[in-house]
Amino acid sequence: MNSLAQLKEIKDRTVDKIVLPEGSDNIRVVVGLATCGIAAGARPVFDALVQGVSNAGLDEKVTVAQTGCIGVCQYEPVVEVLQAGKERVTYVKMTAEKAAEVIEKHLKGGKVIEEYTIGYYTRADENAEIKYSLMDTPFCKTQKRVALRNCGVIDPESIDDYIAMDGYAAIGKVLTQMKPEDVIQCVKDSGLRGRGGGGFSTGLKWSFTAANKADQKYVVCNADEGDPGAFMDRSVLEGDPHAIVEAMTICGYATGATEGYIYVRAEYPIAVKRLGIAIEQAKEYGLLGKNIFGSGFDFDLHIRLGAGAFVCGEETALMTSIEGNRGEPRPRPPYPAVKGLFGKPTTENNVETFANIPQIILNGADWFASMGTEKSKGTKVFALGGKINNTGLVEIPMGTTLGEIINEIGGGIPNGKKFKAAQTGGPSGGCIPASLSDTEIDYDNLTAIGCMMGSGGLIVMDEDTCMVDIAKFFLNFTVDESCGKCSPCRIGTMRMKEILEKITDGKGTLEDIDKLEELASHVKANSLCGLGQTAPNPVLATLRFFRDEYIAHVVDKKCPAGVCKALLNYSIDPEKCKGCTLCARNCPVGAISGTVKEPHTIDRSICIKCGVCMQNCKFDAITRA
Amino acid sequence: MIKKVSKIPFSGTPEQEQQLKAVIDESKHDKHLLMTVMQKAQDIYGYLPFEVQVMIAEGMDVPLEKVYGVSTFYAQFALSPKGKYNISVCLGTACYVKGSQAVLDKICEELGIEPGECTADGKFSVEECRCIGACGLAPVFTINDDVYGRATADQIKGILAKYE
Repeated sequence: MNSLAQLKEIKDRTVDKIVLPEGSDNIRVVVGLATCGIAAGARPVFDALVQGVSNAGLDEKVTVAQTGCIGVCQYEPVVEVLQAGKERVTYVKMTAEKAAEVIEKHLKGGKVIEEYTIGYYTRADENAEIKYSLMDTPFCKTQKRVALRNCGVIDPESIDDYIAMDGYAAIGKVLTQMKPEDVIQCVKDSGLRGRGGGGFSTGLKWSFTAANKADQKYVVCNADEGDPGAFMDRSVLEGDPHAIVEAMTICGYATGATEGYIYVRAEYPIAVKRLGIAIEQAKEYGLLGKNIFGSGFDFDLHIRLGAGAFVCGEETALMTSIEGNRGEPRPRPPYPAVKGLFGKPTTENNVETFANIPQIILNGADWFASMGTEKSKGTKVFALGGKINNTGLVEIPMGTTLGEIINEIGGGIPNGKKFKAAQTGGPSGGCIPASLSDTEIDYDNLTAIGCMMGSGGLIVMDEDTCMVDIAKFFLNFTVDESCGKCSPCRIGTMRMKEILEKITDGKGTLEDIDKLEELASHVKANSLCGLGQTAPNPVLATLRFFRDEYIAHVVDKKCPAGVCKALLNYSIDPEKCKGCTLCARNCPVGAISGTVKEPHTIDRSICIKCGVCMQNCKFDAITRA
Repeated sequence: MIKKVSKIPFSGTPEQEQQLKAVIDESKHDKHLLMTVMQKAQDIYGYLPFEVQVMIAEGMDVPLEKVYGVSTFYAQFALSPKGKYNISVCLGTACYVKGSQAVLDKICEELGIEPGECTADGKFSVEECRCIGACGLAPVFTINDDVYGRATADQIKGILAKYE
């Protein structure tokens, strides 16, 4: 392909298949086949639909397609039925048997099976009307999909599908109508900031690389998504890999680079496979390689796999790893824009950042800048998890409040518990306490409260979560993942972890809290790379908002949330105990004694606080305090 | 990260060596591809025995210590193989108090290996794990997906025999 006309031809040929035109009585059925869908059993559902549609002789009328993540994790496997002029129908928690029923009743008979639709699960009460479409649920109402626009819509393994949704039109526009400096200006004007967590202006970053003269420059896509609980980048790669290929090519043109590397974690085999397919298809169509769109611009892409090192998410460590070394970070400056991959000027952006680029080029900087807050434009994708009713992937305009995310999109906290705090940015981030629920989420507001945007993991915690324990959990993670190159991080995080263990073991003192805080500020100030500089954040944030919990641990020797084992004591209420002996028989250490039909007692000197007695008691006679 | 280095004698086949040679030949023009070669080598052998690291170092013309440095840095590279049956013994508090150390010792004695190692025939590997949350069944160990609770050292021989 070497002209926009050819691109348009493919689009015109394919678009009716994806966006069914008015008057068409064709049906499009999509099945979410990202990692989460497959894990939930979407593969047999997909096979059953393909086979069933063919057996029923519906091939002419019905297209069954795989697609990426639709976003509603807890309802996987998800199947959507789309028809022109009709409301879309989202079937959830599907099985092969249910799929057969859908073919029979809905695809053939034209009747929606209400009790399999999402509305059946999400309606307020039994008498409420059942809405068939995911889009009508509170989960989706306030979402705005830019980075995820094609996820759950197109078949990620089909370049034609991507082209049908205006794919590769942006690179076409860039190469035929724009000068590199125009592209950079457009990205700058859009106000896009790095979605990996840092929040640096993307346009500015590109301009630095562009300004450096060199015989070779590179574009790198950071897809080493390592934060526990984060899966935004995986969803983009699995659902819309061509967007990354296109965006990196645009970046290459703008900055003067002719080669790009995508560094993706080996733990994402489906993302790797789909990226590989996307690159091959783009090469076949001449959208990668020599003389793209006859413009004289050449660009090539390579995939490199990570090997399970969290530190490789840090930009300099990532480049060291691509070069085939131990993934240890390098001091900055020199910044990658001056001396990056293989010593050449390099632009590195995160997956989600790239996913926004083609849309910005096509719709203009003003369109993008019209979304979001004054200094944080556009949308942000969050992976919502933890103690929340609706877990899943959400994309919302910057400036949405935490309260809206938790209560409306997330559907509140399960089991009537109270919302306590939300953790953002994983092991590098902080927490936002419930008292700051009105905070409008953007880069600067989060920084102002001592938190950070992070890459998009949003873990919700309720009253049963111990904040000291959470800080310890994240520090355990950073201690394991510290590469060991610089001592503030290697030794400092270990010492911090030891202090936290002392506190959760009930052996801490008030001086320990001061020491912890001092150490945290040293590690933050003196570590070489982002990993160490941000490792103390979970500790500092919890100390800032939940110091009373720390104090309860060291002064009262109590864990208010009832998590830290060493500070808990189990006891049996003699009023309620019926002497059934079940607890005594199940206690792994024989700490419970008593005679049949008489109240039992727990010997605290033997008890290891495993909680088995409490789980087994049928009379609620065992309490933990 | 401290990794257990396998003491099992290397038992690579000529076919595996052939495959590795092909991988090296296709990449040796570019030393930056070292990690890619090591990932493919691990796909071929299941882990990265010392002998394979030597072959990679020579084939790619990089120092052996560099190959070793990379293999010990990344969690994904295994220096010791996992057995067909991987035994995981819980050493969490409840299990420990109920004698899981004795269970672990007995398993190691029976198999003649230490935790983190694999038997020479590639059948069994043993590892220690943290609490798996089955305290009521303590002491607990697992063999692949099978869970054994209230285990005693006396039962080990019989249980292992089931996996012959």
